[in-house]
Amino acid sequence: MTERLARSVHPVAWWLWALGMATAVSRTTNVLTLLALAASVCVVVAVRRSDAPWAQGFGFYLRLGLAIIAIRVVFRMLLGGQYGATTLFILPQLQLPEAAAGIRIGGPVTLEGLLAALYDGVRLAVLLLCLGAANMLADPKRLLKSLPSALHELGVAVTVSLMVAPQLIESARRIRRARRLRGAEGRVKGIVGGVMIPVLEDALDRSLVLAAAMDSRGYGRSASQPRRARTITSALVIAGVAGIAVGTYGMLDGTTPRLLGVPMLVTGCLVAIVGFRLAGRRIQRSVYRPDPWLLPEWSIVGCGVGAAAAMFAASSVDPGNLYPSLQPLRWPNLGVLPALAALIGVLPAVLAPPSPVDRTAEVSRDLTTPDTELVQARVHR
Amino acid sequence: MIDFEAVTITYPEAARPALRDVNLHVPEGEMCLVVGGTGVGKSTLLGAINGLVPHFTGGTLRGRVTVDGLDTRTHPPREMAGTVGMVVQDPEHGFVTDTVEEELAYCMEQFAVPAAVMRKRVEETLDLLGIADLRRRSVRTLSGGQQQRVAIAAALTNQPRVLVLDEPTSALDPAAAEDVLAALSRLVHDLGVTVVLAEHRLERVVEFADMVVLIDADRRVTSGEPQTMMQRSSVAPPVVRLGQLAGWSPLPLSVRDARRRSTELRQQLGDAPLRVEPSGAPAVAIDARRIVVRYGAVVAVSGLDLTVHAGEVLALMGRNGSGKSSLMWAMQGAGSRSSGSVRLAGDGIDPAELEPSQARARVGLVPQSPGDLLYLSQVDAECALADLESEQPAGSCRGILDQIVPGIDGAAHPRDLSEGQRLALVLAVQLCPRPTVIMLDEPTRGLDEFAKKRLARLIGRLATDAKAIMIATHDVEFVASVADRVVVLAGGEIVADGPTPDVVVASPIFAPQVAKVLHPLHWLTVDQISNALGVVTP
Repeated sequence: MTERLARSVHPVAWWLWALGMATAVSRTTNVLTLLALAASVCVVVAVRRSDAPWAQGFGFYLRLGLAIIAIRVVFRMLLGGQYGATTLFILPQLQLPEAAAGIRIGGPVTLEGLLAALYDGVRLAVLLLCLGAANMLADPKRLLKSLPSALHELGVAVTVSLMVAPQLIESARRIRRARRLRGAEGRVKGIVGGVMIPVLEDALDRSLVLAAAMDSRGYGRSASQPRRARTITSALVIAGVAGIAVGTYGMLDGTTPRLLGVPMLVTGCLVAIVGFRLAGRRIQRSVYRPDPWLLPEWSIVGCGVGAAAAMFAASSVDPGNLYPSLQPLRWPNLGVLPALAALIGVLPAVLAPPSPVDRTAEVSRDLTTPDTELVQARVHR
Repeated sequence: MIDFEAVTITYPEAARPALRDVNLHVPEGEMCLVVGGTGVGKSTLLGAINGLVPHFTGGTLRGRVTVDGLDTRTHPPREMAGTVGMVVQDPEHGFVTDTVEEELAYCMEQFAVPAAVMRKRVEETLDLLGIADLRRRSVRTLSGGQQQRVAIAAALTNQPRVLVLDEPTSALDPAAAEDVLAALSRLVHDLGVTVVLAEHRLERVVEFADMVVLIDADRRVTSGEPQTMMQRSSVAPPVVRLGQLAGWSPLPLSVRDARRRSTELRQQLGDAPLRVEPSGAPAVAIDARRIVVRYGAVVAVSGLDLTVHAGEVLALMGRNGSGKSSLMWAMQGAGSRSSGSVRLAGDGIDPAELEPSQARARVGLVPQSPGDLLYLSQVDAECALADLESEQPAGSCRGILDQIVPGIDGAAHPRDLSEGQRLALVLAVQLCPRPTVIMLDEPTRGLDEFAKKRLARLIGRLATDAKAIMIATHDVEFVASVADRVVVLAGGEIVADGPTPDVVVASPIFAPQVAKVLHPLHWLTVDQISNALGVVTP
């Protein structure tokens, strides 16, 4: 066996794995199963994330998840929709006018209602965690690079616009401070005219320079397509994306006809791929240091798909366990198949190669002006 | 390699052509320097080489520009990118990606260079420009000199035969500028790349040039050997002026050439006369004690003391990031100051404790990008607002402006002014409340020689008026011509402080060309020498 070297995994592989996990999560409201799946995701992130700046925000997703659960439960308590017999306590009820007859604020709070809100909230939070994990594990900018070449221009537009916001903040700070030198401060009118106009002029100047620089470096070199070909490719791409959307919906919602699920998704994907291929055929560009797609990538994607498949199997074998009954109340169990799904989902923690450690990441910037304060602050954070 | 045949370029709505009837031939493997005052069309000429003018900028081009056989009429800039590498004036604004490596690969990606070839060329180019250790760094966290070298490397990876640079060293400190120029001259010598560059700081580049293209005020373009062109040029570096003054032929272009011929002149001149120290202790204008400026973990100014006297012109020098700007902003009160005290002459008050409108009446600061202070759409409106802000009678700001640069159109938009005119306008706005201390941050950036001379005269007048003047700058020649005293900063500390000749003559980096040629004598400028020799210079 050859030694496994640290390298970054293809970002698409991480995204597909995360989507597989999200699909698995969406098939159940069983809290034990959900927590098991969440634990798998957390373990993979903890073991395989890199030390890059975009990989540092997992705590944020955890907190956001908790906030979602809390909000969901509190709203359910305040705004009726209560059912079930086990009343826990009674909140003072607000008397609303006749017109709002259907709405109840306050009143009795039942265990069943609370649990239903809790289950829903946990499912939403774990779904969010899956997407957060994809963001932590795969550099979003590299994901843009692996877009089909037909979407390359879109990718560049996104990258450039991501840089604009910090630049705007920087020039706003610089100009606001420069305003002090003219003695004006605080007046709203002065701020609008004195800061906004120079900032916007600055942004416009910069974008003109950037556009000229990109033009003189070969951006948009690809030959233009004849009108007919363009129409066909865009029709194919739109039809494909629509197919994917319908297919995803069909797969996630267990009540739709089977035909709208996986078959629709696969067809949509195929149509979209053909469309992108056609559109990208005339565009000649290459990618610097492309991420390879090797065995680890296949196995990571396989784990995501496997976890989702195990949950699908579970829903035909033991549907009752996936949606624990609230009337009558039943204690949720962790079934065999859902446990298997969580186990498959955690495998990338060992299957993926370790992420590279960047030894040249230390940053030092010459302070050309005090304006770089902001840059420094960003870098240190 | 580059051919202009009867090229006339006219921008839309322009009264006259930006360039008229240009015939120019730049042979392969030459370092070609484009010389001319501000606004004579240097950038237009450079842009025409890769077709940005007129494809990107608009306007009409008559005649023909060909580079390596490719006609810019039929090849837009993106097609020329394989032949011409372009480095914009402010490289930070031209970066497309985040990291140095990806920036280097960008152009090759557009040209569908195979991944293996790209990898090899990126490695080679990183080594060629000595930036291999920066490869994973974000382009936005680099210093000015590093950014310039990354921009050059990014233009080179696609192996263009021509490299075009617009003022590559004007924002850099002397040491960083030398790094960049050394890299460029290596490209010309080892790789046979044709380099075309425009630069105001002639003293830095003229010795590297094989050919000079001169655009005069009437926008006529002539080209030839550097010696002959410098003889005709209205702008020339001090070493050339010294050569003209002393009647050396052929004209020296480098300090080394001039020094070899200067033995006689040094004997004839003797040492510079000692400066007459004003009798009595000079009055203190502003006094700063133990100033500390800190941004997070970075200490920009670390506890230094600085006293500036009335009637004194003080130059702050030091590499980029040595704390010059931070110190001035902290002393003015508008910038952050972690600790330390500042006292103004008279009432001993700290400008940071005053309202901004009162602080600027005592200490006026012109920031590095003076345009930040302007936001109205007419010069006259800015002047009127300045009168109001400074509680001065109407017309005073305009009066000051006319003293600095007469004849600016009052209805013009401040953005349409030249760099020199815009600086003059901001200076007038800041001088309007009659501050006793005036601070200028990098005032000579983008100014041509005439604008610099005018600024130097203005600073002289202000000093005679007993104002205290602080200038943060990299421009050694400008310092030699205006400053009485030089303070050199490094790492936020003062490493040298003294009268200009004493500090700069011995310094390998901060010495002006005349001082280098006549070392160890204490002469600094050509004007001093012509006065000493009794020659009247134009």
